[in-house]
Amino acid sequence: MTQSVVVQVGQAGNQVGCRFWDLALREHAHVNKKGLYDEALSSFFRNVDSRRSDGRACGVGGRIQHLKARAVLVDMEEGVVNEILQGPLGEVFDSTQLLTDVSGSGNNWAVGHMTYGLAYREQIVDHLRKAAEHCDCLQCFFLIHSMGGGTGSGLGTRVLSLLEEEFPEVCRIVTSIYPSAEDDVITSPYNSVLAMRELTEHADCVLPVENQSLVDIVNKIKRMSHTGKPGSMIKRDSTIISGQGGLTRAEKPFDDMNNIVANLLLNITSSARFDGSLNMDLNEIAMNLVPFPRLHYLVPSLTPLYTLTDVSVPTRRLDQMFSDAFSKDHQLIRADPKHSLYLACALMVRGQVQVSDLRRNIERLKPSLPFVSWNQEGWKTGLCSVSPVGHSHSLLALANNTCVKPTFMELRERFTKLYRKKAHLHHYLHVDGMEQSCFSEAISSLSSLIEEYHHLDATKGKMMPDAPRLGIAR
Amino acid sequence: MSVVTVQLGQCGNQVGQELFDVVCTDVREGPRKTYSAASCERFFYQTTHGDLTARAVLIDMEPKVINQSMTKAAKSGRWKYGDTSHFSQKQGSGNNWANGYCVHGPRHREVVEELVRREVERCDRLSGFMAMMSVAGGTGSGVGTYVTQCLRDIYPKSFILNHLTWPYGTGEVIVQNYNSVLTLAHLYQLSDAILVHENDTVHRICSQLLKIKHISFSDVNRVIAHQLGSVLQPALTADSHGVYSRNPLGIDWQVRPPSGSERTRSVTGGSFNASVANLLVLRGKDVYSAETGGFEDPTLYTSWLSAEEAFNLWKSPVPFNKYEKSATLVSNSQALLKPLDNMVAKAWNMFASRAYIHQYVKFGISEEDFLDNFTSLEQVISSYSELC
Repeated sequence: MTQSVVVQVGQAGNQVGCRFWDLALREHAHVNKKGLYDEALSSFFRNVDSRRSDGRACGVGGRIQHLKARAVLVDMEEGVVNEILQGPLGEVFDSTQLLTDVSGSGNNWAVGHMTYGLAYREQIVDHLRKAAEHCDCLQCFFLIHSMGGGTGSGLGTRVLSLLEEEFPEVCRIVTSIYPSAEDDVITSPYNSVLAMRELTEHADCVLPVENQSLVDIVNKIKRMSHTGKPGSMIKRDSTIISGQGGLTRAEKPFDDMNNIVANLLLNITSSARFDGSLNMDLNEIAMNLVPFPRLHYLVPSLTPLYTLTDVSVPTRRLDQMFSDAFSKDHQLIRADPKHSLYLACALMVRGQVQVSDLRRNIERLKPSLPFVSWNQEGWKTGLCSVSPVGHSHSLLALANNTCVKPTFMELRERFTKLYRKKAHLHHYLHVDGMEQSCFSEAISSLSSLIEEYHHLDATKGKMMPDAPRLGIAR
Repeated sequence: MSVVTVQLGQCGNQVGQELFDVVCTDVREGPRKTYSAASCERFFYQTTHGDLTARAVLIDMEPKVINQSMTKAAKSGRWKYGDTSHFSQKQGSGNNWANGYCVHGPRHREVVEELVRREVERCDRLSGFMAMMSVAGGTGSGVGTYVTQCLRDIYPKSFILNHLTWPYGTGEVIVQNYNSVLTLAHLYQLSDAILVHENDTVHRICSQLLKIKHISFSDVNRVIAHQLGSVLQPALTADSHGVYSRNPLGIDWQVRPPSGSERTRSVTGGSFNASVANLLVLRGKDVYSAETGGFEDPTLYTSWLSAEEAFNLWKSPVPFNKYEKSATLVSNSQALLKPLDNMVAKAWNMFASRAYIHQYVKFGISEEDFLDNFTSLEQVISSYSELC
């Protein structure tokens, strides 16, 4: 069994991270009835016995003493991290895992990346090393941050390149929250594009999440709960926006949206934490879903959003779940994969689902999903036997699809609108280490990324002839 | 004579466990003492406590499957694996052949060789090795190929049989065709015999012949184990003079075709796959009176071999695995040509766009290596295509 470390940076990163740890504990408590510190728990938690003078953690197999999250929390303001520490989750972190400052980054990527990045470089590396040393076999770093601000975006991407430098062999999966078009931070396009370049260069996989999609999902669920239609009652605590049953009592604003992202992380790691008939390790995700190094943006799609109380015919419900995974309502970014091109797709199933159900649904859905010519059977599948809390089964689909191109093009446009007028540029250029070339290189990186997707798109619908085989001399 | 089995990766370890189970059960059922003794000799040894222990080495890059296999074996109460005959790591090979072959293989070479050596020394006479693995993943395929190479280096005169499980055609793993091509091209140079089971075919057996509704990997593995067992269990061969052949792997699978000028093209029937060699194993009731002339029909064989040279018949009056009568055909023919060709075609198409290649280059397999391997397999396909 391997371990993973979560690095949460900035306000959004820490808020989502906080929800992740809460829901993770809830999930493990649901499954782990005997209170033993097992392999599953050890993938994300250490077990510390405060009575031990050497401070080293206990190995797998004993009783749970004191769980500590394998996490590093970074923020240049204290508010969010302090709130976490003062809440019921505070026990799960200790002070050696935190890195805070007081003044914030002023929504300025350059301040986060250059100023704080330089000032805190050693401390960050130190914290990361400590977290890594506590692991027997570290397989993956999960970075959570937002793109539109200053800390998450700037310092977060600095952390990302440090991760690559210091731990080149450990997988880096980044969950990035992209701003909506109506974002109230004016400079969010600058911050996002500057951060994108770092993501393209240094991440193994990126799971982009758009705030607007989260809002849409929350609204959809709330509408469902209020229709009061007979036969459509939602089972209590079964929605992916609910944090019920976790440690935190009061629901804060944005908790429901953040719970969705936390659930995404729980599901992507489920196969690494729990047993199943077809395990999918984290290093298999990048291997199978990333055919070209820079094209590693994976569209996440989660189902079900909620479980209805009336139990309809299981098979139909199961098949519906597969169909839903490919519906736009369930995606965490706004895009149109069905009218773009699939490069690869992973289906991570949880619960009592058989191989035959999986095969049947793939066969059923395949005809309506356009796959690139050289990967017509580009499916990677995983079956984890432990279902999430409140559901009998669930499905996470990760699609490497050219539908991210319009999203990136839109981002480029918003950037260009500001950059043409040199609006707010001086705030950035004043920062030590920041130059105009950072901007031009970043936009250039984004443009060539868009080009790569464009080339693949161009092959869509065309009958690509099979590559001529090697001829053998008689 | 004994066989040392090396089980590699998840598939190799799961199928291997089912095989030993089938063999052990068969031995218990049989009323014939010589048959049981011969079978035991080739697959098991007895510890000082009298436990029947498999002549096997279990290898995987993560611990779960080996643990399960060893537990299942011990639970049977009839046989077990050696307590120290296994080796595992914590993190798998990530479905990456290059990771298995270039990194894990060499890194753990000495430990694995030592485990194998211990099993070999326990044998009075070694018949050879059987390596069991899949071709789609990273460990079975990559580490499996590397280990086969080591065996070939250390025991150059020993017989090496590779049992391969080919994946379902509709991807289980997206890069399965790359992993398969790399494995097969290498094994062709190293192995004496490659015995293949395809998941798709075995799945069809489960659904259409055995009428199983919800097919699990256990069902599939048991069918494979049954078929393998029916080939490897003791049998009377043409030259064993009325006693069980001491050499379970002893068929000369190497066939050398005559040079081009001697080959004639036959115009007759293309409805059968042309064979280079066929082995028919009959077990149970009426084996001595069975009419097997049909298997010697010359149209079944390539024109430059006679049926006498190409057809072998083994018999055992002892029923196998509770089947009153059973027949197993092992065929070196064009039957695998189409699946092999499909696999190479898909891999080649993917390679043409260089998709996923950076994942392999990262661990030490270059584009040149890929091209070499494709070339080898195209030659194999060509040779088999020309049989008739």
